[in-house]
Amino acid sequence: MSIDVLLQQIVNGLVVGSVYALVALGYTMVYGILQLINFAHGEVVMIGALTALVLAKWLLGAGVPPMIALLLAILIAMAVCAAVGVLVERIAYRPLRNAPRLAPLITAIGVSIFLQQIAILVFGRNYFSFPELISKTPIEIGHITINMNEIVILITSVALMAGLLWLVHNTKIGTAMRATAENQKVAGLMGIDINKIIAITFAIGSALGAIAGVMVASNYGQAHYYMGFMLGLKAFTAAVMGGIGNLWGAMVGGLILGLVENVGLIFVRGDYKDIFAFVVLVAVLIFRPQGLIGERVAERA
Amino acid sequence: MMASMLFTAEGVTKKFGGVTALDNVSMSIARGAIFGLIGPNGAGKTTFFNTLTGLYQVDQGKFTFDDKPLNVKAPHEVAQVGIARTFQNIRLFGEMSVLENVMVGRHVRTKAGAFGAIFRPPSVHREEAAIAARSHELLEYVGLAKRAGDKSRTLAYGEQRRLEIARALATDPKMIALDEPAAGMNATETIALRQLIERIAGDGITVMLIEHDMRLVMNVCQHIAVLDYGRKIADGTPAHIQKDAAVIKAYLGGAHGEPAATGEKA
Amino acid sequence: MTTLVADNKKKLIAMLLLGVALLLLPIFAGFLGQAWVRILNITLLYVMLALGLNVVVGVAGLLDLGYVAFYAVGAYTWAMLASSHFNMHLPFWVLLPLGAFLAALAGLMLGAPVLKLRGDYLAIVTLGFGEIVRILMNNFDKVGLPWSDATYNITNGPRGITGIDGISFFGFNVSKGLEIFGLQLSGLQLYYYVFLVFTIISVIGVWRLQHSRLGRAWQALREDEIAAKAMGINTRNIKLAAFAFGALTGGLSGGLFAAMQGFVSPESFGLLESVMILAMVVLGGMGHIPGVILGAVLLAAMPEVIRYVADENMQHKVFGTVLIAPEVLRNLIFSLAMILIMLFKPAGLWPSPEKK
Repeated sequence: MSIDVLLQQIVNGLVVGSVYALVALGYTMVYGILQLINFAHGEVVMIGALTALVLAKWLLGAGVPPMIALLLAILIAMAVCAAVGVLVERIAYRPLRNAPRLAPLITAIGVSIFLQQIAILVFGRNYFSFPELISKTPIEIGHITINMNEIVILITSVALMAGLLWLVHNTKIGTAMRATAENQKVAGLMGIDINKIIAITFAIGSALGAIAGVMVASNYGQAHYYMGFMLGLKAFTAAVMGGIGNLWGAMVGGLILGLVENVGLIFVRGDYKDIFAFVVLVAVLIFRPQGLIGERVAERA
Repeated sequence: MMASMLFTAEGVTKKFGGVTALDNVSMSIARGAIFGLIGPNGAGKTTFFNTLTGLYQVDQGKFTFDDKPLNVKAPHEVAQVGIARTFQNIRLFGEMSVLENVMVGRHVRTKAGAFGAIFRPPSVHREEAAIAARSHELLEYVGLAKRAGDKSRTLAYGEQRRLEIARALATDPKMIALDEPAAGMNATETIALRQLIERIAGDGITVMLIEHDMRLVMNVCQHIAVLDYGRKIADGTPAHIQKDAAVIKAYLGGAHGEPAATGEKA
Repeated sequence: MTTLVADNKKKLIAMLLLGVALLLLPIFAGFLGQAWVRILNITLLYVMLALGLNVVVGVAGLLDLGYVAFYAVGAYTWAMLASSHFNMHLPFWVLLPLGAFLAALAGLMLGAPVLKLRGDYLAIVTLGFGEIVRILMNNFDKVGLPWSDATYNITNGPRGITGIDGISFFGFNVSKGLEIFGLQLSGLQLYYYVFLVFTIISVIGVWRLQHSRLGRAWQALREDEIAAKAMGINTRNIKLAAFAFGALTGGLSGGLFAAMQGFVSPESFGLLESVMILAMVVLGGMGHIPGVILGAVLLAAMPEVIRYVADENMQHKVFGTVLIAPEVLRNLIFSLAMILIMLFKPAGLWPSPEKK
């Protein structure tokens, strides 16, 4: 194995990992506030990808320049996903806030299946090819190949993550989100509208998921109704690995997962790629049960 | 003198990072006594308790229980050696019935396993019957026999406290440690609790009472130790403690003093 | 006292009626077609699986999203050792216990490293474990050793293993069917009775476990781990016991599944299957055996019933055209039902009673 191969896989890993991280943020934000595994988040990502794909194709057909088509498609997909996320929370999770812990998990699974079926009805069962809106012509840097699409993915994800951190730590809404995550009751007593904050959290997480969906679709050049499943699973794994409920944890977990998968490919046959994620997860959790960065909530003895 | 002691702590020190939560604390509890451990909030009572029950390991010092070194590595070993506890913020098994809660307490003194559970040989039948009988007795003892079949989360607050005590007694303890049992109780309930504590001690079980309710502590305990800032500042009979200058200062003068507790001091 | 006797009498009669109904069920289903008998059999398998998972999730409160892995271990044990794949044909009385034992072993292997994890961490690790098992089944058709080029075909990969032996004892092969008192019973109908016996054993076993010293310790663990420890319960040991017992039941069902089906492939053991079994436990009523059985019967049978209702002919009759593909409509109704049941009955359709 040469060092070039390793570097190349690290670059690939960072690209995939930054997408995992974006999706993982959606899981971790919801978990931080509601202690709920939002099983349907992967499906929201899928809906984002398919919405953007259909729109972009239509806009391109109407003669809109590619960059504008892409931007418009992403913005609308973000709005659609935010609406879906908020609706799902309102209908399927909110009534169960004080129910037994597993009840919302089951509705989440139900919502996940439901959204998949809706996607089949709206978009069909086909694999759609994603138009090449940003050039995918390989660029050689030293012995490493990367394309413009991948560069844009990396830069956008870093910008989005920085933006989210800024939002959470420096704005009024962010403070309210952190307060709600810390203690809903107290936050409510302090005059914070808990329901609004939770809805906003879902909206932000879902909008980020929409962007991540477009990234995946453009990176692999395709999208289909089933794409949210494995992606969601891995992103959730990443969130847990980093320490669920913790924004930094989701980002670090996503990047590490992407790296491990791609670097691991050097050593093991591709068929086993999907195992890495879980093997690494188990290893991490055995040695650090609270995740790499740690959980949000300190357990009281 | 020492032989009549059930429990002793010698020079126990526990640090969290740079903070010394317990600083060279020593105390001993006589067999059959009702012993009170008091102190303002944050004085180290709970830390002491958690160290003794194996939740934390001590940095220095040692415990002796029943003439043997008490050296627990896991919390579940504590019940085995004969120390049972209740919790400050009641921790019952909410979805289980009142009777079942007490039956769980018998776990540590019984032994049927998976094989016995499925094939139910006569020995297991006998054991189950004995568990149920003893648990019913204990419910009578704390006055909850009528609620045996209800889920424990449906009990009133004071009843939940008593159920916790019954559950702890089911482990056949030599010492029962009650963590603020009077918290949230009204006057009538507190009097009933006091009678229950005296009855438990009368039946030969040593009681360690960690409590904020001064009236209860002063009335029921034969011996009291006072913690403040992780150090033991006084140790003696209630009469002695009430006159102790350091104690009065800790409760009245400290920035972390408790007006409620001092107000009740009689 | 007399009412008690009357009550018991009523109970006895109800049990007898239920027993007769259960015995006659496959015969009536047979009139409708063997496909319906197969649905009955699969339902019984799901009841067993749900009961096994109920011990882990419902009683001990350990969230396991990879339960189907144990089902797979049982099924593949049977498939590999009773087919022409390795040219081995071990008898059922070796294979069933062996499959159950290996599954329990897998349960301990999963349990040991995850003991310290709680709640959702446990869920994701068990989920990962399930996926690992499935991926291994998919890829263990060309297992190589580092020091040689030879590869070995252990699981036959995605193609699965075919031509699996059925159950046979004293030279009698259950799959072949039987004529008795002029009544022709198909192989599937006979399997129904075999499964029924195992289901009843599972119900009794799980019920006894739940109402025992160990069962109470599991429930205590579920309700409050710290308090359980303070009661002197060695939570590590009983967690392992829960995993092992749940896995054992899963392994047993897996062996039965392979015997009836004659074919196994990794496809039958995906995450969705684990999720479905979990949904049965939760929708029915966690920790309450009648509820869990109800949940299993409902979720196993519901898709089949919807398949019939949502079928194209029916849509033609009602709407004059096929509006929605039957498969999609089926999943839509199914997922909506899951959501609605949880919204209106968060503790499940048939939770344990308030007073015992």
